[in-house]
Amino acid sequence: MENFVIHKSESRGLADIGWLKSRHSFSFSSYYNPERMNFGVLRVLNDDAVDGGKGFGNHPHDNMEIVSIPLEGELVHKDSMGNEATISPGEIQVMSAGTGIYHAEYNKDGSKPVKFLQIWIYPNKRNVTPRYDQVKIDTGEDNVFQQILSPNPDDAGVWIYQNAWFNKGKFKAGAEITYNLNDNKNGVYAFILSGSATINGHTLENRDGLGIWDVAQLSIKADTDTEILLMEVPMEIE
Amino acid sequence: MAKVEILIVCSDEGILNTIIRLIKNNPDWNPAGAANFQEANELLTENAFNIVLIGSGLSAEDERELQLTVVSSQKNIAVIKHYGGGSGLLFGEIFEALSRLNR
Repeated sequence: MENFVIHKSESRGLADIGWLKSRHSFSFSSYYNPERMNFGVLRVLNDDAVDGGKGFGNHPHDNMEIVSIPLEGELVHKDSMGNEATISPGEIQVMSAGTGIYHAEYNKDGSKPVKFLQIWIYPNKRNVTPRYDQVKIDTGEDNVFQQILSPNPDDAGVWIYQNAWFNKGKFKAGAEITYNLNDNKNGVYAFILSGSATINGHTLENRDGLGIWDVAQLSIKADTDTEILLMEVPMEIE
Repeated sequence: MAKVEILIVCSDEGILNTIIRLIKNNPDWNPAGAANFQEANELLTENAFNIVLIGSGLSAEDERELQLTVVSSQKNIAVIKHYGGGSGLLFGEIFEALSRLNR
């Protein structure tokens, strides 16, 4: 029998430190809500906006699969493995932090904000060798989900140390789509990037989240033009 | 009220120092650091801790051994595996551990 949880956009945690405004779907940093700790292995979903010319200075991470999806503007990345890159909307970035990685991320533009999702997934293996990757994901095709992340290095999008799949798509109003889970033991956290949609009978607006599990597929209807991110993840943390 | 004593075990010096610095920001918490299982074991023998936080860089065997050492001591110590290496999850992990200890 289907189980679900809905996180309305306005119920998310808020961090506002001037140059950074972030909405937290789950407990993060000084936002602590014991009812909002994770959805399976999905531990962090931050909806970040960084002012022009500002950013996160060099800081460490370990044992986490960290995914960034730019929504507006460009983000400059530098890390302790010698990677220097710029990521833009239509791309996805992944870091397996493993034994430890140090990185900085800042807004390339001096005046306009950069907006991006920061997503953290618990890894299925601790203390792996750190790695970084970014790939272009946007094909420009409407009304289909495009896989942007998987557990498989040879598959579409980036890969991570976890039995997880992410799909993203833009849909015209009225479009109806079925999403079949890759693993029926997983759950799916759906996040509405714009517009509104109805998923398995649950109506969601801009930036709402729906966690749903004990299902084999999702029936999705675009109520308006909409953009949706589906994060299929194991429900048990190893 | 006594401070919450927290032992952090992490082989990456930079991450260990970051976590210690972050924990010190809370006046009710007192951190101590160990770079490996041996150092952690010595500190556990000589001091009383409420929480052992296992960070990165230990082998799976050392992580298990550390957990066994704490359990076999029969002291009321919460052992947690730390993820993320910074402030993102740290405070939530400690709050969750404290709620377990207070049950």
